[in-house]
Amino acid sequence: MNQKQIDDLDWDFRIEANNGPFSIGFSQVWKYRDLLMLFVKRDIVTVYKQTILGPLWFFIQPILTTITFMFIFGNLAGISTDGVPQILFYLAGITIWNYFNETLTQTSKTFTENAPIFGKVYFPRLVLPLSKVISNLLKFAIQFGLFLVTLLVFVLLGKDVGPNIYILLTPILMIMMGGLGLGFGLISSALTTKYRDLTFLIAFGVQLLMYATPVIYPMSSISEKYQIYLWINPLTSILECFKYAYLGSGVLNWFWLTYSMIFTVLLLLLGAVTFNRIEKSFVDTV
Amino acid sequence: MRPVINVENVSKLYRLGEIGTGTISHDINRWWAKMRGKEDPFAEIGTENDRAVNDGSQYAWALRDINFQVGQGDVLGIIGRNGAGKSTLLKILSRVTLPTNGHIDVKGRVASLLEVGTGFHPELTGRENIFLNGAILGMTKSEIKRKFDEIVDFAGVAKYVDTPVKRYSSGMYVRLAFAVAAHLESEILIIDEVLAVGDAEFQKKCLGKMGDVSRKEGRTILFVSHNMASVKSLCTHGIVLHNGAYAFEGSTHEAVNFYQQNSNLNQFVNFDLDSPDIIGNENIKILEFKVGAFQGDYISVSSGISFECTFYNEKVGINLDITFELVNSEEVKIFHHGALISKNRDSRKGLYTIKGHLPPYTLNSGQYKFNLIFGENQRYMLFGEAELIGFEVANESLGSNTEVLPGILRPNIPYEIDFQK
Repeated sequence: MNQKQIDDLDWDFRIEANNGPFSIGFSQVWKYRDLLMLFVKRDIVTVYKQTILGPLWFFIQPILTTITFMFIFGNLAGISTDGVPQILFYLAGITIWNYFNETLTQTSKTFTENAPIFGKVYFPRLVLPLSKVISNLLKFAIQFGLFLVTLLVFVLLGKDVGPNIYILLTPILMIMMGGLGLGFGLISSALTTKYRDLTFLIAFGVQLLMYATPVIYPMSSISEKYQIYLWINPLTSILECFKYAYLGSGVLNWFWLTYSMIFTVLLLLLGAVTFNRIEKSFVDTV
Repeated sequence: MRPVINVENVSKLYRLGEIGTGTISHDINRWWAKMRGKEDPFAEIGTENDRAVNDGSQYAWALRDINFQVGQGDVLGIIGRNGAGKSTLLKILSRVTLPTNGHIDVKGRVASLLEVGTGFHPELTGRENIFLNGAILGMTKSEIKRKFDEIVDFAGVAKYVDTPVKRYSSGMYVRLAFAVAAHLESEILIIDEVLAVGDAEFQKKCLGKMGDVSRKEGRTILFVSHNMASVKSLCTHGIVLHNGAYAFEGSTHEAVNFYQQNSNLNQFVNFDLDSPDIIGNENIKILEFKVGAFQGDYISVSSGISFECTFYNEKVGINLDITFELVNSEEVKIFHHGALISKNRDSRKGLYTIKGHLPPYTLNSGQYKFNLIFGENQRYMLFGEAELIGFEVANESLGSNTEVLPGILRPNIPYEIDFQK
């Protein structure tokens, strides 16, 4: 067979050095959706294997953190919660913050943790970070349930909390939160392949970021002058909107919410392109 | 039949030294060294890439302009020494890494088995791992469901299917992992020496399964192995890679043959007596030493070994003797044996050639090296050279067992069996 005839045959795919920075291959991810769901299942199932309390840990973590925060920030430091019961205020912040935090930290380890698999078998690499987003969303759903139950108790007790129509925004807020976690995660996963030092920096950085976001304090406790700096943080408007919708305290600011939305989309694009670039050469450089 | 894989001008360049540092501190160190005009402190990492010649370059071609096609239903064996580029080629074909130049066209689904049990999670049960591993290898959930019983059956772990695999014996683990891979429904299967695991019985079962897969189902298999016996029993074609370049393509038999004759191991030639790098001293200069098959065309368990040495002798009128020492890869001396070249103090100045052989069914399969010692009166050493050349004895199956058998010798023993009641 000559060259021409060979080129004319119907080939399924071609392996070659360069295929543009934007060929992210979502169709491939779709083909591997079963794998995606199995990874999600693996994440959920394996975390609490050989533990006595098992899935109960999903509840224990936020409860213990809430109690700690109540003691340190609420009582020792005396930071205001804007008239909202402390338990509710901290639980709301922790629940939504954890989702972002876990998504970011876990996706940022995509390459370093899966190097042995990546070196041996092909599948669309994007499947792994996406599976982390989904498994963390499930974890969030469980913890969110805990928050809702607590909220209901306080409403029935007639406390001053005001869930309102804006709770309908929840899905959008969750997508944005997940998107920001994934976006930052993808970028740092790509960078950690070259510089392992970043792994430590990320753990530390996320902690700092929490203090730059109104998680444990209300926006109103910040003086007008500095509020603008907080709003620049794309997470701020999401948290404030969440608290406004469920607790009735907080600020619903459409301008900054739109800003966060655009930020999320751009970050995801940048993340996907970086990730795509690194996944091609990763096996040779790790 | 139409080709299902078309490899065109594929090359892969690896960068040496620079990469593999991986931390900012290394990069800062490097930058600091550069500022002071010192050498890059990490440049040495990775330069020892088992390439015989180090030309000081920062780059190494792991593969260079590889071209070949694989037809549907072919079982292609890829042979070559360590560092010949076999694994790099398989990695590119399995899309784990990308080629630097060239391209590969593929028709059909590719499943690659560069390792057994990729992605197995110790905490998950056998059942869960079958699904996870199958999906990693590219199967859909419904395909795995359909094949589930067959897989469990093949692996022989039915009793333990709901036990976490961390409690499995290593044999069970490997069997389960291979069973998943063996039931892949891909049109093309890529296998890298994974058969070097498991017990002999299971290996046989795997080879049988792979043979079935290609014969009955018309699937294409690419197979890399050092075990010439399994290459020969399984493959229909063979290609030989040498230092990253494509060296030979042909039938399995021809390819194995070519590989052995051209692995540049079993021959040493130097025709120029005045060459500065001649092996020898003022007494003896070795011009040629070669090892080959005594019967047949390549060295195997059944071929026997012939060896031949040509040397130039300068010492006149002595009792000259030569000793051959054969050493295996574990540094065990197989023999230390030689001959008197002159017995009556009548050695002459000039070229001597000495030939010897080991009969078939003497040495077991493996790597061997020859040491050579020249002496006077069987007492004084005139010249000696260790590890002058090495060679490999290819394995041959004993009955249906394709494994390399233990032991130094591989005799053909005529047994007499008697039975009484």
